[in-house]
Amino acid sequence: MTRPPQPIPPALGKPRSLVRPRLSAWALGALAAASVLVTAVVFLVAPMGGWAAFVIVAAGVYVLAQTVVCTVVEGWRAAKNRLMTSVIVACTVAAVLPLVAVLGFTIVKGMVVLNTAFLTHTMRGVAEQDPEGGIYHAIIGTLEQVGLAILLAVPFGLLVAIYLAEYSGRWLGRAVSFFVDVMTGLPSIVAGLFIFALWILAMGQNFSGFAGSLALAILMLPTVVRSAEEMLKIVPSSLREGSYALGVPKWITVVRIVLPTALAGIVTGVMLAVARVTGETAPLLLTVFGNTSLNINPFSGAQAALPLFVFSEAGLPNETAINRAWAAALILIMIVCVLNILARAVARLTRVRR
Amino acid sequence: MDHPECAGVSTVSSAVRPRQRRNSRPPSGPLRYAQEPRLPAARRGPSRWLRRHGDNLFRWLAQTAGVLLLLIMAAIAAFLVAQAVPALRADSTNFLTTLKWDPDGTPPSFGIAALAFGSVLTSVLALLMSVPVAVGVALATSHYAPVWLSRPLAYVVELLAAVPSVVFGLWGLIYLVPNVIAPSRFLNHYFGFIPLFTSNGTYGKSIFAASIVLAVMVIPIVASISREVFNATPKERIEAAWAIGATKWEMVRTAVLPYGRSGVISGTVLGFGRAIGETIAVALVLSANYEISFRILQPGGNTIAANVANRYGEAGTIGRGALIASGLVLFVITLVVNFVARAIVRRRGETAR
Repeated sequence: MTRPPQPIPPALGKPRSLVRPRLSAWALGALAAASVLVTAVVFLVAPMGGWAAFVIVAAGVYVLAQTVVCTVVEGWRAAKNRLMTSVIVACTVAAVLPLVAVLGFTIVKGMVVLNTAFLTHTMRGVAEQDPEGGIYHAIIGTLEQVGLAILLAVPFGLLVAIYLAEYSGRWLGRAVSFFVDVMTGLPSIVAGLFIFALWILAMGQNFSGFAGSLALAILMLPTVVRSAEEMLKIVPSSLREGSYALGVPKWITVVRIVLPTALAGIVTGVMLAVARVTGETAPLLLTVFGNTSLNINPFSGAQAALPLFVFSEAGLPNETAINRAWAAALILIMIVCVLNILARAVARLTRVRR
Repeated sequence: MDHPECAGVSTVSSAVRPRQRRNSRPPSGPLRYAQEPRLPAARRGPSRWLRRHGDNLFRWLAQTAGVLLLLIMAAIAAFLVAQAVPALRADSTNFLTTLKWDPDGTPPSFGIAALAFGSVLTSVLALLMSVPVAVGVALATSHYAPVWLSRPLAYVVELLAAVPSVVFGLWGLIYLVPNVIAPSRFLNHYFGFIPLFTSNGTYGKSIFAASIVLAVMVIPIVASISREVFNATPKERIEAAWAIGATKWEMVRTAVLPYGRSGVISGTVLGFGRAIGETIAVALVLSANYEISFRILQPGGNTIAANVANRYGEAGTIGRGALIASGLVLFVITLVVNFVARAIVRRRGETAR
């Protein structure tokens, strides 16, 4: 049945009493300009200095002024809202600023001695105050140690992930999953001490690149397992069921259907893990020890590594050594960032379709 | 699936197809297994053995990997204890209370007290500085920033986590230590009546500087975990807050923050674990001593992890054992911290992951 059209309510007019006036954008802008001006006057009169202090004080004055004006015009609720927005913006700036500072400082300082000679020479026979020397031996060492760590950790981690995602029993699966989480929180120095106690003290081996790889593999393992497990779990079950329906055994299904589908995600996780361990210094200090000459064999004798090189050069009191440390740090950051960006690109380009 | 032959597989005619054709062109993929129950003689050798035992073998392999992981965790504890005990036996003073690190002297004397105190103090200070900032960033990326900005912002914060700790250490040593002197002097001048900010007039390589470096390193951990839970806030709670006329902050305070509280707590605890285990950055920034002091502005202080890095090169037999003993203490602390974090996450299960 059709109801007769409802009468349109009479126009209410502008409900002025219900709406508080709002501060417009230009009012806030004027407030900001006034705050900067006031701060500038204060800084000129009072014995204060430094652009960092100026920015902080000006921002503080602005937030204070905004809160007062807003409370008067818009009411305390809106004032509180604006205040918290300002606080959150300040937090964001405070979090991003260190990254900019670290990256900028490293680039500026690192470019001082960075050239091809620096990349192709070792520190053999170079005294700490000499401007020569390079990081060739450290790059080779890092590549070998991280490469061996990948060879150790990725197959192992993949198997654990497959166990957790596909076969996980009741209590054993839960225990493994729990200890993967615990392992994530393992301090890198403890991993180094463990390999040191096991490989060098208990088994009587010498410092070597391989000992470092063992420690790095332990640090990579939880990241690889977690990311691979999550990727395996989001493979649609219809793919698995389709495979089972054709009579394919479970293990072939896992190896040929599930793993290829999740491959992109797994590669991303592995690359992030590699990026994490490439910059690890503490475990290498205890297991690889560092070396000023080139040692190509990772299985015998102390090797160099990029993070170790940065650490040892940074501890020296010479300007030349510090410059070398910055240049090596720049190379290290570049390697890690490239790995990170590659990992995200892989994830973006080949996303698992659900 | 994408094998057109699949359609004919299950019919009787395919079962009596001439064998030559099958051998000349072995089909790939699932097809092979679809046919095998009908033609047991089609393939022999290892593949048949694998066919029978492959599943069990693979399951066994995966399970062994899982067990091996548990064994590694057990081995970490076992080997640290085994190497630490002789040194602890040789210690002539109380390991838990001594404020000294002289394990290779005669008699050996070393203790964890100052190191453990320094580790906890730097980590707590780092969390006090970083958690509010990290929660702010998490709110910015989850609810405040416009869509075009929130993703790059989250990415930049995560990039902060990718910067190697030794680079933070170098930055802390060369840039932060000289620049922290002026704020330290300011704090000491105006707030010197608080015991925390008293100083003997020197500033720089202090607990304060070390905890700033640690705070920067902890921000991404707390921020990314908090952002995840903030993003997972149920839509209906947010909309309910909007519907009763809440301002943005009131919406966040009444809907987002209560829901994300356990995530923030567990992120904080994980950040504590990261901060207390951080070695190189602290070793570069702090000038080590073995005193228990709350004077965070003046040079001094030490942490368990930094002490290992600093004293390792010169350590003799007992010295190495002593460092391993201190590593064992660190291991136990991080284990406890992690258990606490997981327990918090589990108790408030609905917000975990």
